[in-house]
Amino acid sequence: MKEFTYERATSPQEAAAKARETLGAKFIAGGTNLLDLMKLEIETPQHLIDVNGLGLDKIENTQNGGLRIGALVRNTTLAADMRVRKDYGVLSRALLAGASGQLRNKATTAGNLLQRTRCPYFYDTNQPCNKRNPGSGCAAIEGFSRQLGVIGTSKACIATNPSDMAVAMRALDAEVETVDEMGRTRKIPIAEFHRLPGDSPHIETTLADGELITAVTLPRPVGGIHVYRKVRDRASYAFALVSVAAVVQRDGSGRVAVGGVAHKPWRVEDAEADLPKGPKSFSARLLADAKPTTDNAFKIPLVERTVAAALNDARQQ
Amino acid sequence: MKFDRPAEANPIDRMQVVGRAHPRIDGPLKTTGRAPYAYEHHDVVTNPAYGAIVGSAIGKGRIASMNLAEAERAPGVLTVVTAENAGKLGKGKFNTAKLLGGPEIDHYHQAIAVVVAETFEQATAAAALIRVEYAHADGRFDLEEALKTAPLAKDPNSPEKDAPPESRTGEFEQAFAQAPVKLDELYATPDQSHSMMEPHASIAAWNGDKLTVWTSNQMIDWGRTDLATTLGIPKDNVRFVSPYIGGGFGCKLFLRSDAVMAALGAKASGRPVKVALPRPFIPNNTTHRPATRQRIRIGAGADGRIIAIAHESGSGDLPDGQPETATNQTRLLYAGANRLTSMRLAVMDLPEGNAMRAPGEAPGMMALEIAMDELAEKLGLDPVELRVRNDTQIDPEKPDRPFSQRNLVRCLREGAERFGWTRRSATPGAVRDGHWLLGMGTAAAFRNNLLIPSGARVRLERDGLVVVETDMTDIGTGSYTIIAQTAAEMMGVDIGKVVVRLGDSAFPVSAGSGGQFGANCSTSGVYAACVKLREAVAQRLGFNSAEATFSDGHVMSGNRSAKLADAVREGELVAEDKIEWGGLDKSYQQSTFGAHFVEAAVDGFTGEVRIRRMLAVCAAGRILNPTTARSQVIGAMTMGAGAALMEELAVDKRRGFFVNHDLAGYEVPVHADIPHQEVIFLEEADDKVSPMKAKGVAELGICGVGAAVANAVYNATGVRVRNYPVTLDKHLDRLPEVS
Repeated sequence: MKEFTYERATSPQEAAAKARETLGAKFIAGGTNLLDLMKLEIETPQHLIDVNGLGLDKIENTQNGGLRIGALVRNTTLAADMRVRKDYGVLSRALLAGASGQLRNKATTAGNLLQRTRCPYFYDTNQPCNKRNPGSGCAAIEGFSRQLGVIGTSKACIATNPSDMAVAMRALDAEVETVDEMGRTRKIPIAEFHRLPGDSPHIETTLADGELITAVTLPRPVGGIHVYRKVRDRASYAFALVSVAAVVQRDGSGRVAVGGVAHKPWRVEDAEADLPKGPKSFSARLLADAKPTTDNAFKIPLVERTVAAALNDARQQ
Repeated sequence: MKFDRPAEANPIDRMQVVGRAHPRIDGPLKTTGRAPYAYEHHDVVTNPAYGAIVGSAIGKGRIASMNLAEAERAPGVLTVVTAENAGKLGKGKFNTAKLLGGPEIDHYHQAIAVVVAETFEQATAAAALIRVEYAHADGRFDLEEALKTAPLAKDPNSPEKDAPPESRTGEFEQAFAQAPVKLDELYATPDQSHSMMEPHASIAAWNGDKLTVWTSNQMIDWGRTDLATTLGIPKDNVRFVSPYIGGGFGCKLFLRSDAVMAALGAKASGRPVKVALPRPFIPNNTTHRPATRQRIRIGAGADGRIIAIAHESGSGDLPDGQPETATNQTRLLYAGANRLTSMRLAVMDLPEGNAMRAPGEAPGMMALEIAMDELAEKLGLDPVELRVRNDTQIDPEKPDRPFSQRNLVRCLREGAERFGWTRRSATPGAVRDGHWLLGMGTAAAFRNNLLIPSGARVRLERDGLVVVETDMTDIGTGSYTIIAQTAAEMMGVDIGKVVVRLGDSAFPVSAGSGGQFGANCSTSGVYAACVKLREAVAQRLGFNSAEATFSDGHVMSGNRSAKLADAVREGELVAEDKIEWGGLDKSYQQSTFGAHFVEAAVDGFTGEVRIRRMLAVCAAGRILNPTTARSQVIGAMTMGAGAALMEELAVDKRRGFFVNHDLAGYEVPVHADIPHQEVIFLEEADDKVSPMKAKGVAELGICGVGAAVANAVYNATGVRVRNYPVTLDKHLDRLPEVS
């Protein structure tokens, strides 16, 4: 780990300003991902701005019947919130499918959105990786890629976003609220928050330099049956091979976002028109441009089967 | 004491302490954090410095240049040791690759430098500042490719040094060709990582030319000897201390880079030095279980009796390495007149392959016991019945050599009964629970009983305490407890009166922990020392030691009785002895047996496999402590479940390394994977194996369990997977419809 300096921010705007003006600065909240990456020198921030004391840890009802989740609400708290459990069950289930109890106690809502890929080549600083070291190449594309992306990938990167929470939020059309160094706020639809790798996989979100997430808002509840189905080799504490967040209505319509397949939670709204026809035609449209590797080609049928499993779960509830 | 004829009745047979379910005597220390592990001896040295190891970034080649300047200038750095400035180093007997590489690089993450600094943080930060230019060389990283030209290899552990590399009995080819029912299949097991909880760690301190190393090592004397050889100093100048070990599974059988680099760093810096391997170093810097490619052919009569059996296995290792002896059990497990086993060893440039829990049998049984399941199906026989029909009470290669005790059939029958095996559907893919496909599988368990000499010193102190000292290790297995039980039984005292000191090369050399030989051999060594101590006590008290009984703190003979403490009123008594083994393992085949039963559920949509319950029935001689033995067996069953379903070191065949080298990428079972386990021990006492009449049991538990899982999955799905681990992608496209 490299030496770094540390400060506690006193307001969101000030934190954003400090982050913008300080070379090599990073925010730190739960630290469940950043500290690990710093120990391995995958991340080497020179300055950490601790945002834990900013009071962004409340879950509030919004005026239009939705929910505003503070950036620092812990994953455990969010998953257990009665409003979330009642109206946004897919989010609660996705959170509980992720990590372990100890990690969820520390991990925050905003931090979860910003967690980095688990590509094993990203984690080994001896290996070329365009995400860790732009321009160095990608060792994963022709390497061990069983866990990696099948769609929206590029010649520079086939990494996946490992979050479960973000997949549910994508299905729920969440918005990410931010503040910048001038105190200006904006709302970024979750669909536009994470980027595809393209030729700059090291840039993972559309956040501007220094811009701080203050909250995630959920629109008013959409009803329906909420299912989160995470597929993995062991029963707990593993990243998804494929995961499906589904909100299914009585008439068979619904929304489905998929994790474990791309650099961002993968959802194709147009394909959802095919949901009543069943998982096969829906999945074919969802993954129409997939380019899997030999190692991860199984994810294509697995997505279809996991969607089928989720729809089956929904039918039985 | 030489054990060269079957044991007669002895004080252990009373089983007033031995054989009882005693909780671990070291348990309170561990649960309260007071048992110091290697890195946590905070009071043994003052002013320690910290070492961070740099590992090679390439799999094969040489270091073209190495720039240490920036690291040496970094804050707190005391010294940087590399092959260039370390002086001439030897190589130990037990490690295949050099533990300090350079300029030649033998494998990925081979240690090439240690940076010693005032703090851990300074050392690790400076280690990242060493600039290395490599000249890459083409390496042999593809097992399939390497096996195409690999020669036959002898079993390195075979007592018959001049035995041919192939083992043949009868006429295999001819008998197989004529067999009415034939099986001929290929099986694959992957490279696996021990992934024990505590990584390798050492504190090294020099006092003049004397070196003390507090470390984490299963085999004190091997490690100490190899460190002396590596450093080119007399063995007597090295002391190894390893009282508590956070798991080993074979990964800590040998000297590794942590101890060598700590010793070199301490020498160069003039300070005690602490080194722990970071988790991502475990798979590539240390050792792993090598992958195998196995071919099994079995020919049987219509009655299920095996006529011909062949098992050929191939594996790879670094130059001068060893084969994974995956055909071991096939020489002994089932009857059949015509037999062939052989191994091939490919020279490869991946990190060092070496022993991991039940080396040989663990991957060998994973293949053989699927083959038996397949054969049973071909024969239309129940898999339990097929195994029963092929039981043998003699070594099938040497008919004049009986097994010392073999109750495999009882294990199978009792297990089937307890498990509800009759509820298994003989037709695969036929049982549903909602969208789950259910199946049951079985496999035999088999692991040889190994004998290693083992010494101990026993002291009866004036306060009545019995102190046992031996360099035996406790790697989480319960050695402290069973040794205390043995001494308590022998001396007739309460277990609370026994103090056990382990893991120090200042104590008599023991068997150490490995190959499931530790429990039986080390307690036999303690038994031998206690026999001597009893003689000394009897002499002091004026008893005839042959007639004296030791019980409740008293010594009795006829109608005379004296307090044990009376014997040491004038001074403590000390006795030392070791158990040595005569020829009973030549005249009797000594093995342990068991049967595994598994019920598995496969998600009909996603193909995910989830174990529902597991049962093991074990026949392993006298069980010294049912609590610690059960812990060993359920741990082994868990490890076997991991091997069956998830554990695989992924090889990057271009770059020559194990890619998933941390516990996020290399998955081992978590609690949710293991919902229910049961273990039954048959009541046995094997007088041919030792005065304790006990055999090993810790590795028996992993042998066969992987195949039992795979067979249960097959029974659930009807899709046979012969390539471990049985992950969902291997059967997803052929699962039966569930909706």
